[in-house]
Amino acid sequence: MKTIKGVNDFVIRFANVNGTGSASANNMFAKAIFRMGIPVSPKNIFPSNIQGLPTWYEVRINDQGYTGRRGGVDAVVCMNPQSMAKDIRDLEAGGYCIYDNTKPLDLRMVRDDIHFIGLPLTEICRKEYTQARQRQLFKNVIYVGALAALLDIEFGVLKDLVGEQFKGKEKLIAPNIHALELGYQYAREHYKCPLGIRVERRNVVGDRILMEGNAALALGAIYGGATVAGWYPITPSTSVVEEFEKYCGRLRIDPGTGQKKFAIAQAEDELAAIGLAIGACWNGARAFTATSGPGLSLMSEFLGLAYFAEVPVVLFDIQRAGPSTGMPTRTQQSDVLAAAYASHGDTRHVLLFPATPKECFDMGALSFDLADRLQTPVIVLSDLDLGMNDNLSEPLQWDDSRQYDRGKVLSATQLDELSGRFGRYLDVDGDGICYRTYPGTHPAKGSFFTRGTSRDEYAVYTEDGDAYQRNMERLLGKWETAKSLVPAPELHPARKATSDGVLFFGTSTASTLEALDLLREENIHLDGLRIRAFPFSDAVLEFIDAHDRIFVIEQNRDGQLRKLLIGECDINPRKLQALTYYAGMPITARYIRDAIRSGMGGGQVVPMRRQTAGVKP
Amino acid sequence: MTYIRPQFRHPNLPTNELGFTRQHYEGALSTLCAGCGHDSVSAAIIEACFELAIEPHRVAKISGIGCSSKTPTYFLGNSHGFNSVHGRMPSVATGANLANREMIYVGVSGDGDTASIGLGQFAHATRRNLNMVYIVENNGCYGLTKGQDSATADVGSASKKGDPNPYEAIDLCALALQLGATYVARSFSGDKAQLVPLIKGALAHSGFAFIDVISPCVTFNDTPQSTKGYEFVREHMEATGKMDFVPVRKEITADYEPGYTQEVTLHDGSVIHLYKEGADSVRDRDAALRAVREHKRRGRILTGLLYVNPDSQELHHILGTVKTALRDLGEADLCPGSQALTNINNSFR
Ligand SMILES: Cc1ncc(C[n+]2csc(CCOP(=O)(O)OP(=O)(O)O)c2C)c(N)n1
Ligand code: SF4
Ligand SMILES: [Mg+2]
Repeated sequence: MKTIKGVNDFVIRFANVNGTGSASANNMFAKAIFRMGIPVSPKNIFPSNIQGLPTWYEVRINDQGYTGRRGGVDAVVCMNPQSMAKDIRDLEAGGYCIYDNTKPLDLRMVRDDIHFIGLPLTEICRKEYTQARQRQLFKNVIYVGALAALLDIEFGVLKDLVGEQFKGKEKLIAPNIHALELGYQYAREHYKCPLGIRVERRNVVGDRILMEGNAALALGAIYGGATVAGWYPITPSTSVVEEFEKYCGRLRIDPGTGQKKFAIAQAEDELAAIGLAIGACWNGARAFTATSGPGLSLMSEFLGLAYFAEVPVVLFDIQRAGPSTGMPTRTQQSDVLAAAYASHGDTRHVLLFPATPKECFDMGALSFDLADRLQTPVIVLSDLDLGMNDNLSEPLQWDDSRQYDRGKVLSATQLDELSGRFGRYLDVDGDGICYRTYPGTHPAKGSFFTRGTSRDEYAVYTEDGDAYQRNMERLLGKWETAKSLVPAPELHPARKATSDGVLFFGTSTASTLEALDLLREENIHLDGLRIRAFPFSDAVLEFIDAHDRIFVIEQNRDGQLRKLLIGECDINPRKLQALTYYAGMPITARYIRDAIRSGMGGGQVVPMRRQTAGVKP
Repeated sequence: MTYIRPQFRHPNLPTNELGFTRQHYEGALSTLCAGCGHDSVSAAIIEACFELAIEPHRVAKISGIGCSSKTPTYFLGNSHGFNSVHGRMPSVATGANLANREMIYVGVSGDGDTASIGLGQFAHATRRNLNMVYIVENNGCYGLTKGQDSATADVGSASKKGDPNPYEAIDLCALALQLGATYVARSFSGDKAQLVPLIKGALAHSGFAFIDVISPCVTFNDTPQSTKGYEFVREHMEATGKMDFVPVRKEITADYEPGYTQEVTLHDGSVIHLYKEGADSVRDRDAALRAVREHKRRGRILTGLLYVNPDSQELHHILGTVKTALRDLGEADLCPGSQALTNINNSFR
């Protein structure tokens, strides 16, 4: 029988029932490997449900530093009878199935090409614990202990993690370590440890951190000076505001009075959430809201108002699988077009595409500068994969000499010094960006009326078509200015000159870069360009011009980024080949490699409609 | 077309404490229909702000969409204004207020804007006790879209279109009372003597001050069969009592007729005197609701100050925000700096 072998290079999946306390045990597993200096990338695959449905936790361990999903599973921990048949079927040949053998395995599930490792978890718990909840919780800890033996995880690292987890509840430390030991010893006594797959201490993590993108976005908002947040709960964006509140509670409390230097309002819906953020920004604060697809749809009227009335506002859209409620707990990059053109009329919005928690932090903070500078909405498009999974990332950094760019705002003194009449929508600098004033600045000067209806350069209502058109043209001029202010794309050149390229963004990045390496081993070379913002800067156009055939990789059905590129850059559609994946799990390196390989063979990559049918991610 | 009011100042115009004339509180020339009730409400707002000597730039005017929502252009030209989207003024006002608690927020809306498309936002701004004045210019119809019945139209009331309205009316004052508004009043655009002190009281109140002003639409809903027309309202309105508003630090100079029964001191120290008929306290929410319903049952419109709770805690108090306007905080207050970030990084290792 084939046996999968590998040191620091395998994928393990935990199949659990949600609500059974498996999450913290699974996190401890991933963290322990991370602490051993080995890159990990855990992915939560969870249902839209609170208790009782299947949930998976997939951890990729790879000391080459590949953190995208690879595709395929080498070991599975089967803790959910409901999903067990499929969990076993999905295992690679030569892989390992770790299961509870208190009861004998259903013969229909047996495969002769994989290794079965039984642990009598239920029985051990029955002997050790009296309470049902204890039995349920410790079962998880026991299998982590067994994995420590089976995979060679340093036991001391696990013990440290238990100590940290129960800091302040010291009574719980000993029982948890005991449970780890129960599993560890059982595995030791009954199996040859370690297995063919195992871990070994390395020093390749460096100073990197393991965190969720949503927490990083929240910190970006704090460091970026946001004081007001309006929101309405929706997965997977909820934790952005929860983390904002948590960190504000530590970092934004006035020491003297205990009062808050921030205000969070849980609104009645997403319309109110963004209305609130717009009201606050109009009044001179930095404000944001966070949402996901359904909320973005609801916010669209207000986004048009902010675009047209030129009110800065920041929106974090943590994308999930649409349309409609879609698959609310699965990931996608499918709000690109809806966000770019949210609202009726000729509207367009600045988009930022972070790929790592560090970039969530950087772009989170930057979005406020950009919104203020450009006086327009800025939408940060993250997604469930980046937002809610622990992602390996460069550490967050802040330059203490950095000042906020509040954009063109006139103070009372500047108003007094102004010769001539103040024109809120007068383009005095020729960059399409005009000067604004905050309400209440000056007793007699600088007031104006903000409205979504047409107005002239002095903010006076008008239905004069010429004035309307002048204004719309100026907004286009401002859009041009934006091109030089948004983050530039990131080039990943091939090692050999090539006329083939790939364009990608956000959470498709890690898998794409790995796929490019895999293809290079097959002597297939492609230049890569990671797009980081919309509007597209000139470098994007230059890249497209410099290549004959370009794959546009994205996690949605319709190739939305590709459409945006074709429409905005006036590109021959034949030049851009859609490479899409949208089944709701993060796209894998193997999938991209295979799709490019077959796409290079000729013409279309994979017929768009059949692309995911039957394809195992 | 732009409408800028000609700047001509008569030398003998009266000025207020700040030395401003009424003109200083005016806005652009109204473009509403001649006789529209909404213009009278604008005039009452101007009068109230003038008399209270409020610095115009300390006021922010926010509205939704509709003829009524256009009116902030027609008063307080030295204040910033924001004509937002239909039905969403409350959320914009909430955000604006959170950003800067030091200003005075005047929201103007219509009955369509508030009782239909914006009912949800109205309800939630109310229950948050947002510190603002919320005025609904209630004409029982959608003026700007040419006279369709609104959700405040009474059963049987008929506009120019002719068909009597078959649906139950939403009584915004009753709703505001139920939702926890801390200052609730109803008035009539044609009764300046009553409306001005009500607006003054609302401006001085700390918390959500709601005034439902019946404000006839002369073009679409001023028919003899309409319960929101001038004639009907004049004939059917009853007042809770006569009200005087005495701003903070002002001596009570007027001679009060014997028999005024109630006096309410507001948060900022100003005082409302109420010459009330019944014995119910103006601080009794249930009694206010009963009185509104009772009058409606009798086919009467109860106007005046219905309820006030001067001790309520507005949103900033509930949230526990700093006294400084959030928008005035800079990097030193807002950015925790690189050292804090080092600790945060460590927590993710
Ligand atoms: C989203 C949206 N739907 C519909 C409209 C059209 N509309 C403009 S004003 C209005 C009704 C206004 O009625 P009301 O608030 O009572 O104001 P009035 O004109 O009566 O003062 C409507 C439906 C709109 N502007 N926006
Ligand atoms: S249509 Fe009615 S509400 Fe609108 S301005 Fe004319 S009278 Fe006033
Ligand atoms: Mg109306």
